Amino acid sequence: MGNPITIIKNGILNENPTFKQVIGMCPTLAVTSSAINGIGMGLSTAAVLICSNLFISILRKVIPDTVRIPCFIVVIATFVTIIQFLLQAYLPDLNASLGLYIPLIVVNCLILARAESFASKNSPIDSIFDGIGMGLGFTIALGVIGLVREFIGAGTLFGATVLPEAFPRTLLFVMAPGAFFTLGCLMALLNYFSNKKKA
Amino acid sequence: MNKFIVSGTPHVRSKDSIQGIMRDVLIALTPAALMGIYVFGLNALVIMVISIASAIFFEFLYQKLMKKPVTITDLSAAVTGLLLAMNMPSGAPYWMPIVGSAFAIIIAKQLFGGLGQNFINPALAARAFLLASYPTAMTTWPAASHAVVDTASSASQAVDAVTVATPLALLKAGSITTVTSSDMINAFVGTVGGCIGETSAIALIIGGIYLIVRHVISWRIPVIYIATVFVLTAAIGRNGVRVPHYEILVGGLMLGAFFMATDYASSPVTPKGQIIMALGCGLLTTLIRIFGGYPEGVSYSILIMNLCVPLIDRFTEPKIFGAPEVKKA
Repeated sequence: MGNPITIIKNGILNENPTFKQVIGMCPTLAVTSSAINGIGMGLSTAAVLICSNLFISILRKVIPDTVRIPCFIVVIATFVTIIQFLLQAYLPDLNASLGLYIPLIVVNCLILARAESFASKNSPIDSIFDGIGMGLGFTIALGVIGLVREFIGAGTLFGATVLPEAFPRTLLFVMAPGAFFTLGCLMALLNYFSNKKKA
Repeated sequence: MNKFIVSGTPHVRSKDSIQGIMRDVLIALTPAALMGIYVFGLNALVIMVISIASAIFFEFLYQKLMKKPVTITDLSAAVTGLLLAMNMPSGAPYWMPIVGSAFAIIIAKQLFGGLGQNFINPALAARAFLLASYPTAMTTWPAASHAVVDTASSASQAVDAVTVATPLALLKAGSITTVTSSDMINAFVGTVGGCIGETSAIALIIGGIYLIVRHVISWRIPVIYIATVFVLTAAIGRNGVRVPHYEILVGGLMLGAFFMATDYASSPVTPKGQIIMALGCGLLTTLIRIFGGYPEGVSYSILIMNLCVPLIDRFTEPKIFGAPEVKKA
């Protein structure tokens, strides 16, 4: 490690949290019914991830190994609380539509996994870049899933109607099953291209 | 004496082929399909043709794109297409069978490995997909024509009504309090509102008996399924009305019991398992019809039981004769 660009690229492409590691599935499936929701969730998670990575990395020498998970949770929960207050104050609409899933960032396995496998073993600077890479990878994935679901299910992009009124909306895509279909198809598509690249 | 033929087992082969079985299913569906056209007019035929053609096309397209052997001649895609069309109202817009066929063939069937690997019935999965995605179009029922016996309601429909409520919706709303013999005849022949292929009980029973006689399906799933619904609706009743003899004739029960729940890939292998599956379908159908939000529960109950089939198969696996008992850990 060391090269910031490699670390960021790793988070967005090679080890994309959603499409490659398949972690953090709860918010991925639950809040991606529109592009705005997906990106909002992704950015909130990214903000928490960057801050928690930084602080856990700084504290990595003083956190006792046996109680590291509770320590990580305390750090993460602090930042989640801050993010939630900020959303409530400045983006109340987004906060209302994301609802319960904002406090649930605390137990998002993506954040805990990066704390455990990266921040607790690497320098603070590297950990920030890892947080940026993973956070962006998560945001892009959620944004794309939200975009596809919103377009097919509601005929809109970022809230603006793009499909003509007469064109049928496939409602299933804004419902829960649509999240699974979209995620599966995007994952297959991505694997198809990355396998092709390797061959 | 030099005519020894050396070959590996099996030496005796059944003449059954996928194509033969699927042809039998198509033949068995024909009476109900013809009744659908007779009752709902040419639009029903158009929906069926589009649905079958697009099902075959998507199977061909997927197998070509994935560089797999093209198996459209085994007629399984045609069966899926026809079953899907029979599960749609005749007034559906023409793009709907195309979308439904694409979902049935590509997502429910081919992505899981193609024929024999699908864990749920593709036609029913597509119906559930369409019902969830386009609820209005999927529940607008054009009125049936050619009522055998004019009842008060069918006479008024003939004059001005274009769309009607299905008998199950009427039962659900509590607006049916007694079932007259003419109601029974209309439901039996199929001149009531509903999906293209589900209304004519007599045509579906004829097709089902043909399949049982030809040993394509076993009697267990359809007979036990229908019997379970009969017994449970007789026992529970709704709004104080107990008309089990009418309940088993209306809705998709006959179509589902004979043609959907018996799909090879998504129903249990063992006789005991088939009985469990049929009981489960019957129970769920009755519960959804009487207590659920939808008037009809056949498709969902079969889909749910499809998901239980691997479990059922595991629990009903026959004991191998002479094998030592496996100790539970």
